[in-house]
Amino acid sequence: MSTATRGTGTTYREAMREALREALRSDERVFLMGEDVGRYGGCFGVSLGLLEEFGPDRVRDTPLSESAFVGAGIGAALAGMRPVVEIMTVNFSLLALDQILNNAATLLHMSGGQLPVPLVIRMTTGAGRQLAAQHSHSLESFYAHIPGIRVLAPATLEDARHVLAPALADPDPVVIFEHGSLYNAAGELGPAAGPVGLDRAAIRRPGTDISLITYGGSLPKALAAADELAADGIDAEVVDLRTLRPLDGTTLAVSVGRTHRAVVVDEAWRTGSIAAEVSARIAEESFYELDAPVERVCSAEVPIPYARQLEEAALPQTADIVAAAHRAVD
Amino acid sequence: MSASRPTTRPRKEPSAAKPGRKAATTRAGAGPPPAGRPEAGHRTDLLEAMLRIRRFEERCVELYSAARIRGFVHLYIGEEAVAVGVSSALEPEDAVVSTYREHGHALARGLTPEAVMAEMHGKATGCSGGRGGSMHLFDASRRFYGGSAIVAGGLPLAAGLALADRMRGLPGVTCCFFGDGAFAEGEFHETANLAALWNLPLLLVCENNLYAMGTALAREHAQTDLAMRAASYGMPAWAVDGMDVEAVEQAARRAVGGIRAGAGPHFLELRTYRFRAHSMYDPDRYRDKAEIAQWKSQDPIARLTERLRGDGELDDEELARTEQRLADEIDHAVTAAERAPEEPVEDLLRHVTSAPSGEVSRP
Ligand SMILES: Cc1ncc(C[n+]2csc(CCOP(=O)(O)OP(=O)(O)O)c2C)c(N)n1
Ligand SMILES: [Mg+2]
Repeated sequence: MSTATRGTGTTYREAMREALREALRSDERVFLMGEDVGRYGGCFGVSLGLLEEFGPDRVRDTPLSESAFVGAGIGAALAGMRPVVEIMTVNFSLLALDQILNNAATLLHMSGGQLPVPLVIRMTTGAGRQLAAQHSHSLESFYAHIPGIRVLAPATLEDARHVLAPALADPDPVVIFEHGSLYNAAGELGPAAGPVGLDRAAIRRPGTDISLITYGGSLPKALAAADELAADGIDAEVVDLRTLRPLDGTTLAVSVGRTHRAVVVDEAWRTGSIAAEVSARIAEESFYELDAPVERVCSAEVPIPYARQLEEAALPQTADIVAAAHRAVD
Repeated sequence: MSASRPTTRPRKEPSAAKPGRKAATTRAGAGPPPAGRPEAGHRTDLLEAMLRIRRFEERCVELYSAARIRGFVHLYIGEEAVAVGVSSALEPEDAVVSTYREHGHALARGLTPEAVMAEMHGKATGCSGGRGGSMHLFDASRRFYGGSAIVAGGLPLAAGLALADRMRGLPGVTCCFFGDGAFAEGEFHETANLAALWNLPLLLVCENNLYAMGTALAREHAQTDLAMRAASYGMPAWAVDGMDVEAVEQAARRAVGGIRAGAGPHFLELRTYRFRAHSMYDPDRYRDKAEIAQWKSQDPIARLTERLRGDGELDDEELARTEQRLADEIDHAVTAAERAPEEPVEDLLRHVTSAPSGEVSRP
C-alpha cells in the first residue's frame, strides 16, 4: 500500500476479482456464491462481470440466508466442489457462525479425519465509512479463535491478487477478511509477484527501533505512522501479520528480537483481540528481548458510532500509533 | 395448524393481487375500518403524512450529495403508503420495529423531522444521540424500537416485545416492518412459527418491493406468493396493494383489530416498489427503466391526491398550503440540525453499559 497512487495499475478490488476469475477458469470445481455476487456484481463490486463470463451456475446469487448458503458451501466442499462463499460483511457472518464453527471447523476432527472441508469464505470487515454499529466491526478474532480454520487478512494488492489460489488449494476451511477501506487502494501490481505462502507474516518496512505489528485495514495507518516516526528519528519496522490463524510466531520473534519494542495495532476492540494474542505471544517468546512494555492501539470498547467525530475517536488513528511508539521508545 | 384457528388461510381476493395491478383488484380487506367512516380530514392527513416523508427524503438526497449526511442511506420514496397506512392503524401503546429503510416508519410513528434530521447529521440532538444515523433511529417514548440493519434481525425482537406485552397484560400490538428479502432469512420463519405457536399480538408487515438489493423476488424465492407461505404458519395473511394508502390502512385496521381481539399474529404483504436505488451507494443496474416507470405511474401520493380531488376533498390551494407547511417544517429541521451541537468526543464511551464500568479502553 506504500505504492498507492490512484488511477494507475490496479485496485485491491480488481486484484481480488482477477484472482476469482483465475480460480474459476483454472478449476471447474470452483464456484462463487453469495448475496448479490452475480447480477449486482457484489455489494462492493468485487465480482462485477463474473456472472457474464462464467454463467449463473458458477456465479450464484443466493437468497438472504447466510446460515443456509454457508452451510451449503460446506456441504458442497464435502462432496467434491471448491466453493468460494462471499458474505457481505463480518457483522452479517454471525448468522452463519454456527455453520462455520460447528460444521466447517469441526467435521474433520469429529469424523476422525474422514471429512475435510475445502471451503473458502470471503467477507468484508472494518469501519471508517460512518456505517454505524451493525456494519463496522472487526470480528477477525472471533474466527481466529477457532481451531480447524485458517484466517487470512490480505492488506496489499499483491496479497489480494494471490491469496485465493493457495486458499483454494488448502484442504481445510479458509476465511479471508477484506477490509472495506482497502477496495479502492490502487497501485502497480508487480508482474513478478507470484503466489504467496499462507504461513508467513511479511515485513512491509524494515526498521531497527520498534516493531509496529498490524494487519488488514490498519496497515496503511501503521506505514503512515512509520513515516512520521522516521521524521522524529525513530526507525520503525512494520510487520503485516497477513495470516491471523495460525500466527507466524517466528517472524514476530525475529522482529521483536531486532527492535526490542513493539506496538500492536488492531482495529478490533482491545479485549480478547488479535492484538491481545500477539501481545501474549511476545510475552511468551520474546520477554527477555523487550526493552519496554508492549503497547496496543485498538478500537475503543464501544459499538462503532455513526457520528464522524465519534467514529474517528473510536478507531486507531495514525497519531495514536505514533504516540504509542513514542511511549515505548522514550 | 390447529382447528381452533379458523382464519389461517390467505384471503383469496387480496392475495390474488399482482404487483402493478390497479387498485380495484388489489384493495384488501373488504369492509370499512372498525370505526366506520373515517372522520373528516382523515384522508388529507394521510396525504400530508406521505408528503412529509417524500419531501423529507428528497431533502436528504440533497444533503447527502453535499456530504452533510453520511453512511448508508436507504430511501423509502415510493413506499410511503405502507408506513402511513399501517401506522395510522396503530395506537400509542403499540410498539414498532423497523429496518434500515426506516425514515418513513419513524416519521409516520410521530418522530419529528427535527429529531430524525439531527440524527442523520450525527448530532447530539438526534433521536439516537448521533450514534445511530439513518439506519438506527430510535424513540423509546413512542415505543419505536427502531432501525435494525441486520436484515430480519428485528423480527425475533418484535416477537419478544409482543410476548412481554401479553405477559404483562398490556393491550399493545407490536408491528414489525421487514422486506421481501428478509422473508428468506431463517429469523423470519423462526419468528413466524413462534408467534403463531404462542398466539402473540404481532403484526408482521412485509414490504414486498420486489427486490432485495439487486436480487429480484423470483430469483430469491422459489414460491413468490409470500402471503400464502406466511399463512402456512397458521396466521391470517393478506396481500394488499401497497401503493394505495387507504387499502393499506383498511387492511392494517382489520389485522390490528383481530390481534387485539386475541386472534394472534397477522401477516400483511404490501406490494410496493422503491422508486430509487437500494441505497445512495447503489448504481441500480439491475432494474428495467420501463418497470420503474410503470410503478411510478402508481405513485401512492399522486393516487390519493387524484382521489381526493375527484371526491372534492382537496383543492390546489390547500395542497399548496400543505406543501408550504412541510417545506417550512423540513427547513426548520435542517437548520436546527446544522446548528445542533455534536456529541463531545469525551462522551464516546457513554451508553456502552448502563452503569459506567470504569474500564479504560484507550491507550
Ligand atoms: C443479515 C444481512 N445480510 C445482508 C445484508 C445486506 N443487505 C442490506 S439490505 C439488503 C436487502 C434486503 O432486502 P429486503 O428485505 O427486501 O428489504 P428492502 O431493502 O427491499 O427494503 C441486503 C442484502 C444485511 N444488512 N443483513
Ligand atoms: Mg425488498
